[in-house]
Amino acid sequence: MIKVAELVKRFGAVTALDGISFEARDARITGLLGPNGAGKSTCLRVLYTVLKPDQGSAHIGGHDIVEAPLAVRREIGVLPHSAGLYPHLTSRENIAYYGQLHGLELGPLQQRINELTKLLDLQDIIDRRSKGFSQGQRTKVALARALVHSPRHLLLDEPSNGLDVMATRSLRRLLGRLRDEGHCIIFSSHVMGEVASLCDDLVIIAAGRIALEGTPADLIAQASGSDLEALFIDAVTAATP
Amino acid sequence: MRSPISIVLGKEIVDNFRDKRTLFSALVFGPLFGPLLFATLISVMLNQAIERMDESLELPVIGAEHAPNLIQFLAQQDIDAKPGPGSTEEARAWVTEGREDMVLVIPPGYATAVNEGNPGRLVLVVDQSNNRAGRTVSRVRGVLRGYSDKLASLRAAARGIHPFVFRPLTLDTEDVSTPTGRSVLILGMMTYFLLFSMLMGGMYLAIDTTAGERERNSLEPLLTLPVSRGQLLVGKLGATVFYMLVSLALTLTAFAIAIQFVPLERLGMTASLTPAVVVQGLLILAPFALLGAALMTVVASFTNSYKEAQSYLTVVLLVPTLPIIFASLLQVKTSLALMWIPSLSQHLLMTNLIKAEPVQWSYWAVASVSTLVLGGLTAWLAVWLYRRERILG
Repeated sequence: MIKVAELVKRFGAVTALDGISFEARDARITGLLGPNGAGKSTCLRVLYTVLKPDQGSAHIGGHDIVEAPLAVRREIGVLPHSAGLYPHLTSRENIAYYGQLHGLELGPLQQRINELTKLLDLQDIIDRRSKGFSQGQRTKVALARALVHSPRHLLLDEPSNGLDVMATRSLRRLLGRLRDEGHCIIFSSHVMGEVASLCDDLVIIAAGRIALEGTPADLIAQASGSDLEALFIDAVTAATP
Repeated sequence: MRSPISIVLGKEIVDNFRDKRTLFSALVFGPLFGPLLFATLISVMLNQAIERMDESLELPVIGAEHAPNLIQFLAQQDIDAKPGPGSTEEARAWVTEGREDMVLVIPPGYATAVNEGNPGRLVLVVDQSNNRAGRTVSRVRGVLRGYSDKLASLRAAARGIHPFVFRPLTLDTEDVSTPTGRSVLILGMMTYFLLFSMLMGGMYLAIDTTAGERERNSLEPLLTLPVSRGQLLVGKLGATVFYMLVSLALTLTAFAIAIQFVPLERLGMTASLTPAVVVQGLLILAPFALLGAALMTVVASFTNSYKEAQSYLTVVLLVPTLPIIFASLLQVKTSLALMWIPSLSQHLLMTNLIKAEPVQWSYWAVASVSTLVLGGLTAWLAVWLYRRERILG
């Protein structure tokens, strides 16, 4: 469970988050949708504790992100916008490094990596050094790395970036499965169609504020006649000064 | 469960061991080129110095027939006249081109002037900008001056004046420098080579832990792990220090080997670089590693890219030389007060060690503690910088 209340984040004169509140429940995929520069990444970066909010609060699994960042980090698996790997380490070593820092013992860690290799289809790259990997291969390894400690909460910043159709599809299947296992997943994207088909809840952000939220079905009902994309564009236009 | 610091440390050591650039600068560049360059330079310098002092000299002379006595005097001093070029113009050309270091010109009027008791004019064509010739030129000058003094004494004696009238002073210079003491002038720059190659050994790691991680986009996911930034940075600093110490140990060993090939003994010098001295040298210089690693990390965390960090750190490599240069210019001696200054204290202690003078281990303790404390403070600054949001760029 992730609760966000009135988050404000400023960078100098720019207000990136202007009082954002929403909830992401367990066993659901919450889609964070918005145009470029709307504040999606900033919101996620505050949630995964690399940025501190100027005002407001957020709790992940009951832990305050400002008061107890280490407890929060134990609860979350993160895929940042551009997730870099260590080029001189193999995929397995990249994943194992994070597993070790999460405190996993060697035996269970190797077992977990083997599971993830099957789950994410990493067999041909698992023991290769990650130098020269394609964007898709990198994303898959970074995703495995984010999942290594079986986190209760997943924060994914545009995970389908650079993935081909096949990989996108298996990513969706994987996220669906994790949701069914009870994980709480936040997923950001600027592609309406992708989010609508995958997410249980939608939060549309524009200019650092919540422009619209609800389930895809609710939103389609609101749209009354026009499609979801038109609704999105209207909401964003209305929210942008 | 292993501590996060040791996990980070282990990962960085393995990761960087696979990086050719780090490996080259830590384990090859410093340890190999430093001592090699040093030994070659010193050998060439020494060989020149030795040759020029001992060897008999062949001096091209124009008009030798006008001054047979002078030529004989020169020959007694191991300076053999040989036929020079045809004219003074030609002599100038020879010296300018470097074909000869100098040419002695005896004008036709010389014999007459000397016989009549007037000053005999001699011309020595030299090139003052030619450093290599400096020593031989001053030797020839000295001998000519000696001949002049001899003539003066003879003339005075012929007029019934005691030759001592013209020699109110006699000056003898006594050189009290010990053979090893003299070698210190040359070996002094060794400390700098050692500090330099130690810093080189850790430079790429220092960049990698801040600017490099950021540029690769691997910093942000790393900061979402349940590990404090302080622990991450301490692990990374540890890996940097590890590479610096390996580099230092290799460089010291390489120096100990290279010094065998430098003909120091031909000058009556000795350089004591026994295995025991190498170990003591390690003990003296090792405390500097923490300060160097932390300093480079601090500088690198202000930069935005690998390239930028690299150019700034090249300047940092020169920082430890400053106290050493001052020390050489001012000719300071080892004293307790100077032990508080990092790099200078290490330099002075190393100099003592190489001179085979007893190293005062109480001085060493002061030097090491003050360097480590400063290193600790700088490391703390690095951690503080690492905690800022701006570290993400």
